[in-house]
Amino acid sequence: MGSNGLAEAVLYIDKATGSEQRVSARSVVVAASACESARLLLNSRSAQFPNGIANSSGVVGRYLTDSVGSDMTGYFPQLEKMPAHNHDGVGGMHLYMPWWRFGKQNDFLRGYHIEFGGGRDMPGVGWFNGVCEDEEGYGVGLKQKCRSSYGTYIGFSGRGEMIPNEKTFCELDPSVKDKWGIPVLRFHWQWSENELKMARDMQTTFRSIIESAGGTVLGGPRKYPLPKDKAREAAQSDPPISEGGAIIHELGTVRMGNDAKTSVLNKNCQSHDVKNLFVADAAPFVSNPDKNPTLTIMALSWKTSEYLLDQAKKGEI
Amino acid sequence: MTIESVSRRALLKSLSMGAVAGSVLRVIPMQAAEAAHHMIAAEKADAKGGAYIPKYFDAHQYKTLQSLCETIFPADADAGGAIEAGAPEFIDLLTSENTELQATLGGGMKWLETTCSTRNGKAYLDCTAEQQKAILDQIAFRKNFEQDPALLEPIEFFILLRNMTADAFFTSKIGIKYLGYKGNTFLTEFPGCPPVPGI
Repeated sequence: MGSNGLAEAVLYIDKATGSEQRVSARSVVVAASACESARLLLNSRSAQFPNGIANSSGVVGRYLTDSVGSDMTGYFPQLEKMPAHNHDGVGGMHLYMPWWRFGKQNDFLRGYHIEFGGGRDMPGVGWFNGVCEDEEGYGVGLKQKCRSSYGTYIGFSGRGEMIPNEKTFCELDPSVKDKWGIPVLRFHWQWSENELKMARDMQTTFRSIIESAGGTVLGGPRKYPLPKDKAREAAQSDPPISEGGAIIHELGTVRMGNDAKTSVLNKNCQSHDVKNLFVADAAPFVSNPDKNPTLTIMALSWKTSEYLLDQAKKGEI
Repeated sequence: MTIESVSRRALLKSLSMGAVAGSVLRVIPMQAAEAAHHMIAAEKADAKGGAYIPKYFDAHQYKTLQSLCETIFPADADAGGAIEAGAPEFIDLLTSENTELQATLGGGMKWLETTCSTRNGKAYLDCTAEQQKAILDQIAFRKNFEQDPALLEPIEFFILLRNMTADAFFTSKIGIKYLGYKGNTFLTEFPGCPPVPGI
């Protein structure tokens, strides 16, 4: 930080030598992915910003969200009759189901989409373990069952929008540091009732599609469970929902807003506190529809770049 | 330690961990399994007489392992069985790098020998086909655990052995052919999807 209230330079550690380096800059754009950008700001403490640069609002690390994820796999016996052909590269079964209940009365807010996976992909280790475990026994019959079941599974992945909540955020860990001695982040995660209802709805929808199409839902309690199976079933969350961060769509940790008291950045992703500091990744936006955040990141970065260029030309930055 | 030996160990470790975790949803790409098959082939090519030397199981256990694998996936009219696919070598190689596999497979093998000796007074391989079938039918089905909780470990042993045999078989040349996997080839032309009967 300079005495003029602007960011002056970036410090980094040269991994090859372990020495600290300094790069001066007229303006600084932080774009290290949502959580790492928050970490960089929180670790950049000074007399002016004891809680981290640009963090007079105290909301850096807050409003963290990830996509809501819930999955199910179905077995479709009619696919056994499909002629074998090359499925390499198909992966998603050429299907995508966007949110279809927009504007309708649902018991949760926002929406989700469904991704489908399956096909006669390249077999790998683990591919037929499920068949072996369900069929049990041994012999030619088991071998044939593995073959006939090949390509008859379709996976359903629901990906939905999460609403930020107070109990989900990241902050500097008071004791754990990385190998360079820099504090790492500590995460707090809690899905709210809205996300749980959404995941439950995904499960109901998947099951209804699978069963209406003549398939059977895979998984669920075993008929003859071993202690291991019982433990796994007991550990299963109800409804099945991804762990926070598992869908790797984390965003919202350095949020934008018009009010400098409750947000870090303005509408151009420029810090309210430090005029030559910008954030250009998924950290500025706290709300993301069910889709991947990449296009939103690109659009906002583009807007921020144009604004930065314009301000630099005018001599404002 | 050379780079080759480090990556060889890392590869076998990750493969064997996959075997322990085993699930339809956590498939390890075939390339890793193929590398294990290649290691075995290279070892056989270098060895006098072209034989694989077991790394974990002793000579007698290894013969028993071969017999069990072949019983799980026997040769039939359409393809060779687990032995031709290289399943015993694959299982032994992975087991040699993973203590969890050693505990389950090694323990199961001991149980099998002890039980055969107590019941029939001979080793598994010397038992009659009926005697072998009787013992396998006890441990190849989860439901038998309900009647006899003492069968827990043997049943878990057989589940793991069955899964690993399937992994080895379906990542081998004959297994892939048996399956009818059409991918991993160059498309010189794109003929579109094949016709679906009835549509």
